[in-house]
Amino acid sequence: MNTSNTATEVDQSLLYPSPYKEFWHAFAQNKGAVAGLLFMSLIVFCAIFAPWVAPHNPSEQYRDFLLTPPVWLEGGNWQFLLGTDELGRDLLSRLIEGSRLSLLIGLSSVVISLIPGVILGLFAGFFPRLLGPGIMRLMDIMLALPSLLLAVAIVAILGPGLINTVIAIAVVSLPSYVRLTRAAVMGELSRDYVTAARLAGAGLPRLMFITVLPNCMAPLIVQATLSFSSAILDAAALGFLGLGVQPPTPEWGTMLASARDYIERAWWVVTLPGLTILLSVLAINLMGDGLRDALDPKLKNAA
Amino acid sequence: MSLLEIKNLNVRFGDASAVPVVDGLNLSVDKGQVLAIVGESGSGKSVTMMALMGLIDAPGRVNADALTFDGHNMLTLSARQRRQIVGKDMAMVFQDPMTALNPSYTVGFQIEEVLRLHLNMSKKQARQRAIELLETVEIPAAASRMNAYPHQLSGGMSQRVAIAMAIAGEPKLLIADEPTTALDVTIQAQIMDLLLKLQREQNMGLVLITHDLAVVAETAQRVCVMYAGQAVEVGQVPGLFDRPAHPYSEALLAAIPEHSLGAARLSTLPGIVPGRFDRPQGCLLSPRCPYVQDTCRQQRPALEPKAYSQVRCFFPLNQEVA
Repeated sequence: MNTSNTATEVDQSLLYPSPYKEFWHAFAQNKGAVAGLLFMSLIVFCAIFAPWVAPHNPSEQYRDFLLTPPVWLEGGNWQFLLGTDELGRDLLSRLIEGSRLSLLIGLSSVVISLIPGVILGLFAGFFPRLLGPGIMRLMDIMLALPSLLLAVAIVAILGPGLINTVIAIAVVSLPSYVRLTRAAVMGELSRDYVTAARLAGAGLPRLMFITVLPNCMAPLIVQATLSFSSAILDAAALGFLGLGVQPPTPEWGTMLASARDYIERAWWVVTLPGLTILLSVLAINLMGDGLRDALDPKLKNAA
Repeated sequence: MSLLEIKNLNVRFGDASAVPVVDGLNLSVDKGQVLAIVGESGSGKSVTMMALMGLIDAPGRVNADALTFDGHNMLTLSARQRRQIVGKDMAMVFQDPMTALNPSYTVGFQIEEVLRLHLNMSKKQARQRAIELLETVEIPAAASRMNAYPHQLSGGMSQRVAIAMAIAGEPKLLIADEPTTALDVTIQAQIMDLLLKLQREQNMGLVLITHDLAVVAETAQRVCVMYAGQAVEVGQVPGLFDRPAHPYSEALLAAIPEHSLGAARLSTLPGIVPGRFDRPQGCLLSPRCPYVQDTCRQQRPALEPKAYSQVRCFFPLNQEVA
């Protein structure tokens, strides 16, 4: 009895691989994506365990070690692996602490723009006459302004700071979610299963969130990862302009900005935060690519 | 009283001056009866059924003298009341099984959803019943298929699942909109057999929308031939096949390949269904009709009872009474 049961269990798993397994199989095909995932896991690990991973307190100023070069350069010191900045703070610790902020900004701005973006997009797609034109023209206006300029304007109105930075970035990335959701919804609405759901007596909320939305998720997930990276980049840009997170908080863009006076004397103070931004953005984009390939069956066998 | 009664149904897309897509259609279906609706693409077969279920959205407009199903007036029902009837007492099977199932959910979930919401079953009951339904539609290893996603099933299998979903609420009327068009020939026969078996077992009314006259001849009791939104001939099945009275019915029957055995070319009716802007003043078939006369070009005939069936033609064929 037992054996026959397990036999059918095995049979079943052979017939239908679980969606997660299928996804991982497709994702693992893309070596760049896996590399990006590994690098991102490292950063996430650092961000979560920052107080334990960082060798020093990121705000502590070692006055005797101002602008110490990294350990592999002449004059380097094993106490400060990546050197110190103009106030003698350990650069490695600040970068690790900064990853917390960058991930926080990326994650929260994605969430804050994804949720209203998806809802607006659903409404625009479901009511193409009533709400669609209004919502979409508003989004077009937002897209017509250069994104950084819009972000700067919003921060200028709200005042600089962590939360306002997040809000500004979220507002700037809203139109892409709305457009993407609306396009996907309009594509799905003409499919028979939507009619079938209406025939089965599904009401509007069920139709929107349970029937149609899950089928629009693949492009949204990819867009979310990609805008995660652009959120980090925008936050860095705002920080560099002095409008983002304020010093002494160790945010990558702010670090870059406060160190630009030393670019000729101590290149590492500028280069290392810049390199960290570059690498994490690259890693996220590679991951996003892999996600797209794995989630969009139409592209699965392309390239 | 019949299960489904449609009187003088008109569907237009646009204002009152727009060309009707369905024009003065009368239909009725009784319990346990199979009604076939045939006609070429664009003749308004599917739109009729959409109108019945209340799925015509603006700018489409539905007018009818009566649209009653099982004692309910479908024209005056609120959206909420209609949702309780549609999907439970009246269900539909679609043409393309590959798009009729939601790709994001397992087939088990989709069937259970219907059962839980329409019949208020618990999760456990629903699962049990869903497996039974899959067995009813002759899906092998039903329990393990519950966890399959639609893309993991073949076309014929998907159509069986779609049928299982449709009959989940034990409907009184099942509408099958070209249920076999997207399937290959051997599967077509199986699906038709299944539909008819279920129809007989549950004594459902079945509306079969199809191009396939061979299927009609084997299955339906009554047939309605539609052309450009109008019923051109309504009659009993063997009779209409033996003695088509409307030239369009005759042309449809002549176009069956088996009827042209040995001929160099298949018999066809030249031309296409008139569109929005080129509707003739007279009979809608007059530009294509091989028997056309001057009267046909000037006046539109009405649907009137003739020797064997109701016909919309001034000069019906095969009227000699034996």
